[in-house]
Amino acid sequence: MQAGLALHGGSGEIGDRIFKFAMLLCGVAVLAILVLIVYELILRSGASWHAFGFKFFAGHDWDPVSEQFGALPFIYGTLVSSLLALLIAVPLSIGVAVFTTEMCPPVLRAPLSFFVELLAAIPSVVYGLWAIFVLIPILTNYAGPFLARTLGWTGLFTGPFYGVSMLAAGIILAIMIVPIISSITREVLMVVPQHQREAALALGATRWEMIRVGVLRNARAGIMGGIILGLGRALGETMAVTMVIGNNPQIVKSLFAPGYTMASVLANEFSEATGAVYRSALIEIGLALFLVTIVVNALARLLVWTVTRGQPSRANG
Amino acid sequence: MAETPNSALHTVPPIALRRRITDRVMTGAAVLTVILVLVPLFAIFAYLIYRGIGSINWAFLTRTPKPVGETGGGMANAIVGSAFILALASIIGVPIGVGAGIYLAEFGRNRFGDAIRFTADVLNGVPSIVIGIVAYSIVVLAQGHFSALAGAVALAIMMIPTISRTTEEMLLLVPQALREAAYGLGIPRWRTTLSITLRTATSGVITGIMLAFARVAGETAPLLFTTLGNQFWNLRVNEPTAALPLQIYTYALSPYDDWHRQAWAGAFVLILLIVTAVAAVRFAVRRGTFGAA
Repeated sequence: MQAGLALHGGSGEIGDRIFKFAMLLCGVAVLAILVLIVYELILRSGASWHAFGFKFFAGHDWDPVSEQFGALPFIYGTLVSSLLALLIAVPLSIGVAVFTTEMCPPVLRAPLSFFVELLAAIPSVVYGLWAIFVLIPILTNYAGPFLARTLGWTGLFTGPFYGVSMLAAGIILAIMIVPIISSITREVLMVVPQHQREAALALGATRWEMIRVGVLRNARAGIMGGIILGLGRALGETMAVTMVIGNNPQIVKSLFAPGYTMASVLANEFSEATGAVYRSALIEIGLALFLVTIVVNALARLLVWTVTRGQPSRANG
Repeated sequence: MAETPNSALHTVPPIALRRRITDRVMTGAAVLTVILVLVPLFAIFAYLIYRGIGSINWAFLTRTPKPVGETGGGMANAIVGSAFILALASIIGVPIGVGAGIYLAEFGRNRFGDAIRFTADVLNGVPSIVIGIVAYSIVVLAQGHFSALAGAVALAIMMIPTISRTTEEMLLLVPQALREAAYGLGIPRWRTTLSITLRTATSGVITGIMLAFARVAGETAPLLFTTLGNQFWNLRVNEPTAALPLQIYTYALSPYDDWHRQAWAGAFVLILLIVTAVAAVRFAVRRGTFGAA
């Protein structure tokens, strides 16, 4: 390299410096974007923070006319719809991942993964469209009455059911996060060393026992990471949920009732928000959503990293 | 596999029988989950193609929307508007993303590089609606009105993390010996990186760009309060612009059957555009690299 620079005189060196600086600027831009997001959200949610303080996150009322803003119904809606989605998606995703890595004939492996990942390529608004015209009619005509009959006693499936509901939001979210959780679980299962499987089989384990003891137990942390990553996606998902959840800021136990999420209220009300406090309250919801997803995602990344990179950590567990 | 001699079946102790039944049940459960996941996938695609092909017509592709409640008209302006916004977003996002990727691969093997890597991964998980708010704050409020540019900035912010991470990965796949050979010939580092390393990794880098492109092409949330939508033609950077996902959203929630039909046609065109864009670039890249070799 020294020789190269000498041959070219000074020009190479100057070129290198300019080049490195330009690339550094691009790298710094990534950091700057994050800083900018934090700065803008904090700056522009100030008015709401001054007006309500921590009470903002405990208040039930959302009344733009009298400028009373409490975010609790939205936080509740976001949490319930995301947890419902996880409840449905986690067993399905792990099942798919286990099937593709441990059970299915090798010929089917690639097409199966491809199809599941195809689900991830469908835009959110198309999921919403499908949910309005296909999922919701199915829910109101068949699934709803069935759930009310069999599980009505739990109090989760009672009251009038018009389709747009927390239940519909949870189901469409579940369909959307299955590809994320299952693809990460598959990745994690594939790094489990082959000798773990062979050892379990050599001890006379059945295939399921081998999967449970030799594979799933070793991949726990990574699967957890995948689940949390799916949770992060569900928390921030906007369009499909906004189209089916009913957009009603209330806290009701029944999953048949409409709800509202943090992302949905932003989608519906932000462009029409007049008044400094109203807009600032919406941005504060955005800030809260941002902070929660940042924490959730960072946690997930760390968990996945410990499994796929930090091989030795498994020796202790 | 666990080979059990057949004769053992006659004298299976109950515990072994139970283990075998559990094994079968769990296998069945795994197959069931696969079916349960594939059913909605096929249902979505089948219904989309069925409604999409049935709904699409010449007017849809060539006309602008009719006033509320009237049948007919189309989404031509939204299709072109989407392409326009995506082109703007790519002009902003691709150079920064690729540059950041080059920095990470060639100069970023240190703490600072790790910080950028982690930030990019975290940015990937930020909800798109939050990015919409930020684009609104920095572009719409500064300009005083909604614009195509604001939407493009939001989409560019979403493209950068994906592009930078895949570019880095692809550049790291290029053998070190190739770089050393170039240095040995007296080629300065910047020329080596651009003409040798990046050139070698072109097809991978472009695949990463297309992944990011496909991801933002269907995004609706960050456009809601940045480009806003428009009933008419617009190709000016500073004006509100129609976009296909926005139009699908508006029409899907409307009470008119004809608008529902157009929403399906729009969804069909949107997915078709994403798939063909990705396939076309892949094809072009493959031919390009064969030609070069």
